Amino acid sequence: MTKIQTHFKSFSHELVRKRVLFLMLLPTIIFFIVFSYIPMPGAYVAFVDYNINKGIFGSNFIGLKNFEFLAKTGQLWTITKNTLLYNLAFLLVGNLTQIVLAIMLSEIKCKWFKKITQSVILLPYFISMVIVGYFAYNLFNYDFGFINSLLNSLGFESHQFYSDQGIWKYIIVAFKVWNGTGYGMIIYLATITGIGGDIYEAAALDGARATQRIRYITLPLLKPTAILLLLFGLGGILKGSFDLFYNIIGNNSLLYAQTDIIDTYVFRSLMGQFNFSLSAAVGFYQSLFGLFFVLTVNLIVKKIEPEYALF
Amino acid sequence: MIANYYKKNKDGFIMRILFYIVITLFALLCLFPFLLMIASSFMNEKEIVSEGFKLIPNDITTSAYEFLFKNSKKLFSAYTVTIFITIVGTAFGLFFMSMAGYVLSRSDFKYRNVISFFIYFTTLFSGGLVPSYILMVSFLGLKDNVLAMILPSLMSAWSIFLMRNFMKSIPDSLYESAAIDGAGDFRIYWQIYMPLSTPSLATIGLFLALGYWNEWYNAMLYIQSQNKFPLQFFLQKIVSQANVQLLVQQGAVINNMDLPSESIKMATAVVAIGPIILLYPFVQKYFISGLTVGAVKG
Repeated sequence: MTKIQTHFKSFSHELVRKRVLFLMLLPTIIFFIVFSYIPMPGAYVAFVDYNINKGIFGSNFIGLKNFEFLAKTGQLWTITKNTLLYNLAFLLVGNLTQIVLAIMLSEIKCKWFKKITQSVILLPYFISMVIVGYFAYNLFNYDFGFINSLLNSLGFESHQFYSDQGIWKYIIVAFKVWNGTGYGMIIYLATITGIGGDIYEAAALDGARATQRIRYITLPLLKPTAILLLLFGLGGILKGSFDLFYNIIGNNSLLYAQTDIIDTYVFRSLMGQFNFSLSAAVGFYQSLFGLFFVLTVNLIVKKIEPEYALF
Repeated sequence: MIANYYKKNKDGFIMRILFYIVITLFALLCLFPFLLMIASSFMNEKEIVSEGFKLIPNDITTSAYEFLFKNSKKLFSAYTVTIFITIVGTAFGLFFMSMAGYVLSRSDFKYRNVISFFIYFTTLFSGGLVPSYILMVSFLGLKDNVLAMILPSLMSAWSIFLMRNFMKSIPDSLYESAAIDGAGDFRIYWQIYMPLSTPSLATIGLFLALGYWNEWYNAMLYIQSQNKFPLQFFLQKIVSQANVQLLVQQGAVINNMDLPSESIKMATAVVAIGPIILLYPFVQKYFISGLTVGAVKG
């Protein structure tokens, strides 16, 4: 018997013996085949001139023409740059805020204060980005926005936020930090309280002061977690927060130069212009480089802390 | 632990006062948009038009909520769609993912690593939006179908692995003794593993439910008829088209000029986040425990 035959025999034997277990896995396997694996070869649509009647594999093959077009018009560069820079800002500003707040909370002993503030800071995480879009409208609308009404009451002119290109990068980062701080803060806080207990007791006996405690115990404790979270964040650096950008900026093309990311571009080419191939080309580019980033990051993590590597 | 420490040492007093102040300010910043929205929804339209949204209005009126109550049919239908997809999606998602987690946690299941990788790989590479869109529309025929909002987010690799890791911590002896007593695999899962897994079921169930409650993305891609709009998508249409008319039933005669449209927008949003705010105090501890379990490694 060949090797394959033995494998097959042992598999079919297992399939019969453990049929209930296989049956219980069936919905999951079908789900991932249909929604993840079947679309994978569909990325081929990026290399054809898609014609809906001919289907993906019947359409004319045009090679890298879509990519050439994107590179020539400079759009690919703009959206890549925006996606990278926004994600970097989210990672750095986000993690910094989370770490600072987690350290502050860990130093506070009043239990009810801790509980309430922790809950309040986590609350934005539960809100959909559609509502965040409402908040942006509520705050920055030209005619009625809170900021403008505040400016007016202080004797200043109203500001046209929705045509001011420069300001939205700050607003978007602020909303992202607002939304994600609670989540990250809790992870960092759990790291501090989870490992810190005994060390803090020992430091207290040695007469360490509060500032020394933070500087020499808490910060080093957080370092591995912070590095890992940052690295994994870098792995996903080409993945955009579509819902955040779409709900805040929407179809305001005045702001695209500063706020267009890969995901919004893919969405617009597909749903706005029905340019399937162009949209798919950008999507494929994103998936491929995304995979490259994850593999690189995983390699680095494996070198520093093999235990935490993903695979 | 750290708290005990203070009894012995009184240093860092000023520093701690500073920490209290910074944390309080940040917490207020987190609450601020909610407070502003609620205040705006109770504002008089005249005041909004002349002076803009305010945190503390001069005048309070419930006319926006009265309007919503009188024209509640469409909002109510959007609510119904959202509740439907939340319940169905969460129930099936939990059922399928807990079964998968159970099978993958069984050390006597030979193919557990192969299948774990099969699931994990989907988080590394995806075909992208276009192939998924073509699949949903041309092959599955789900355009304008409620299932288009349920199916794509039914399962996630992260939740399956969380479930698997939790069930791995249940001692094998329980499974073995039940098997000796003649219980089948499914019965062991349903009667022994499920009741013991309530903490992880609660966490994953809440994440699923929150995702479905906040669903708008798939609706935007696939849903066309208004009676199938979920709540969040309906809200988005109102704000992006600057059009509260969407709320009004066809045929109803309403004078546009009299509509307090700005406060109605805000009141609609308040009504949409209401259930989350009300349930939040009861469910947040499951989220917090879930976050700390699956934090760094999926």
